[in-house]
Amino acid sequence: MGNNDAKRSDLIFDAEGLSPAALERKHKLERDPSCRADPMEYLPGMEVIDSDVKDIVRAAMAGYDPSVYTARDVRRALDGDRCTEEDFKALLSPAAAPFLEEMAGKARAATVRHFGNTVYIFTPLYIANHCENYCVYCGFNCYNPIRRMKLDKGQIEREMDVIAKSGMEEVLILTGESRSASGVEYIGDACELARSRFRLVGLEVYPMNTDEYRYLRSRGADYVTVFQETYDVEQYEKLHLMGRKRVWPYRFDAQERALRGGMRGVAFSALLGLSDFRKDALATALHASILQRRYPGAEISLSCPRLRPITNHPDVRPGEIGERELCQVLCAYRLFMPFAGITVSSRESASFRNGITKIAATKVSAGVSTGIGDHASKYGEEKSADGEGDEQFEISDARSLSKMYADLVGEGLQPVLNDYLYL
Amino acid sequence: MAESQDTFKLGGKEFSSRFILGSGKYSLSLVRAAVEHAGAQIITLSVRRANTAEKENILDFIPKGVTLLPNTSGARDADEAVRIARLARELGCGEFVKIEIMRDSKYLLPDNYETIKATERLAAEGFTVLPYMYPDLNVARDLVKAGAAAVMPLGAPIGSNKGLATADFIQILIDEIDLPIIVDAGIGAPSQACRAMEMGAAAIMANTALATSGDVPRMARAFRLAIEAGREAYLAGLGRVLARGAAASDPLTGFLR
Repeated sequence: MGNNDAKRSDLIFDAEGLSPAALERKHKLERDPSCRADPMEYLPGMEVIDSDVKDIVRAAMAGYDPSVYTARDVRRALDGDRCTEEDFKALLSPAAAPFLEEMAGKARAATVRHFGNTVYIFTPLYIANHCENYCVYCGFNCYNPIRRMKLDKGQIEREMDVIAKSGMEEVLILTGESRSASGVEYIGDACELARSRFRLVGLEVYPMNTDEYRYLRSRGADYVTVFQETYDVEQYEKLHLMGRKRVWPYRFDAQERALRGGMRGVAFSALLGLSDFRKDALATALHASILQRRYPGAEISLSCPRLRPITNHPDVRPGEIGERELCQVLCAYRLFMPFAGITVSSRESASFRNGITKIAATKVSAGVSTGIGDHASKYGEEKSADGEGDEQFEISDARSLSKMYADLVGEGLQPVLNDYLYL
Repeated sequence: MAESQDTFKLGGKEFSSRFILGSGKYSLSLVRAAVEHAGAQIITLSVRRANTAEKENILDFIPKGVTLLPNTSGARDADEAVRIARLARELGCGEFVKIEIMRDSKYLLPDNYETIKATERLAAEGFTVLPYMYPDLNVARDLVKAGAAAVMPLGAPIGSNKGLATADFIQILIDEIDLPIIVDAGIGAPSQACRAMEMGAAAIMANTALATSGDVPRMARAFRLAIEAGREAYLAGLGRVLARGAAASDPLTGFLR
């Protein structure tokens, strides 16, 4: 891939409404690397755990050159009984592109063996969009003057009631990454409210320490999702310019801390398109598979988000990873980790999601809003008098739960709203 | 033995069908047809799937008169398995329970040690306990002592469709354990089910093999026929398999005085 593409300078934008002083600070961060903090340096309060997983993953990524793999390597990978790390690298490489249909067939067989024809459905619930970080591609970033909002307990209950009434049994609670606006206890309160209405509660919030994960587990959280965005530290540094999120290794170890804190499952992902997506896909799967070996009881899942347009910057595009490439990555994930859950979010189109659930995906979202406090109005109820907060990104597939349910059945699949017992 | 008398018992109930049907991997709308074509009298269901407010609850799809065998999938230790079994009873699933305890999310291999502990506790609470286990003779003996109603060794890793990878060890259990041996997990084709029955297994459980076929009810029927054939062969006594030459119908040593 070309280096120009990798820089993704197209992602940077100046929103209207910023003060001249703020703009100046923003531009300085963007243009002067020397004023940015070291992304490998932990900040005060960040727990350092004894773990070599990130070193193993970074070494594998550095040693991976997708261009050296040939059709013969891909053939061997497809003919083998087991998918080794080398096979996986071949399947992710450009040489595998002509084999996509065959990969899909093999991936489908693996998915059916492990999951049958079941597809899980969940919905995300954003409870706050305050953020202390400057990540150039994200709609919530602190230099994007969007409507900020944080739901109070009553508002969270109202949103959850609306979602629960639709029949949803699994909810994923999200916040922007601000410890000061959305503290750990606040998230804990939300978990408890969710616990009494849903059967499975996931969290996608800022990374935290082991004892904090243990606390959230005790308040009702079941699993933790953290997107590494990109495993390429050099590129990460150029895209996450300020805030706690800038600290790459602290983010990397989040899943391991969550498992040590007693979470049942963890989910991994790179935001494909921020850097070389093949290398990021390799790193994501290795990260997940190494933790599976070390924490064999953990439920492991992978996501595969691509960039989407955001508030005040409608031109954001995924970059060089198109639907065919995304499909290739997901087939490779499935063959390398046949047991892992794969989630495909509403960032993707309805037609892509319909197709990929028959090949590799095992979980989809429905009834999605990435804004704050707008489920009531989107689910056909009265609009909240408290107003609504802006969205993190634009979704592509806006299907409701009942529509998604019916569509999956129509595709010969078996929608599952819950596969979990809280014990 | 006459066909009509060839039954086996679990928890005081008598079963003539030796095909235990899984239900977790194909659409609920197919469950009824699968049960009918399989001639199954026992169907497993995952408690974690039955415990739902979903409009489509698996319990509504299982024909009356079929014995439910709730499993404890999702349990990671004996304590969780016991709690799931109690929940199954509360949900009206009856007294049968299949213990599944996995601490491994990759291969889903059963944890024999925790399985023995859960069997002991649940048998004491009056459950009819069918433990899913890795075929180990010592563990099987402990399960008998713990009060199991049957022993369910795996043929191959769950969902692998690899058949009887553990055939030699299952044969030892069949030979040494005085409880029904029900082969569970890994059976990918009717021929493999047939072979397990020829070996003397009391019954077969299959799920993925049906789910991955193109026609679930038809594959259910194929399994039924294979299991019946294997059972008949076992009852008839398999003929010797000769390495070379033909069998003499008269004893070779018949001339000896």
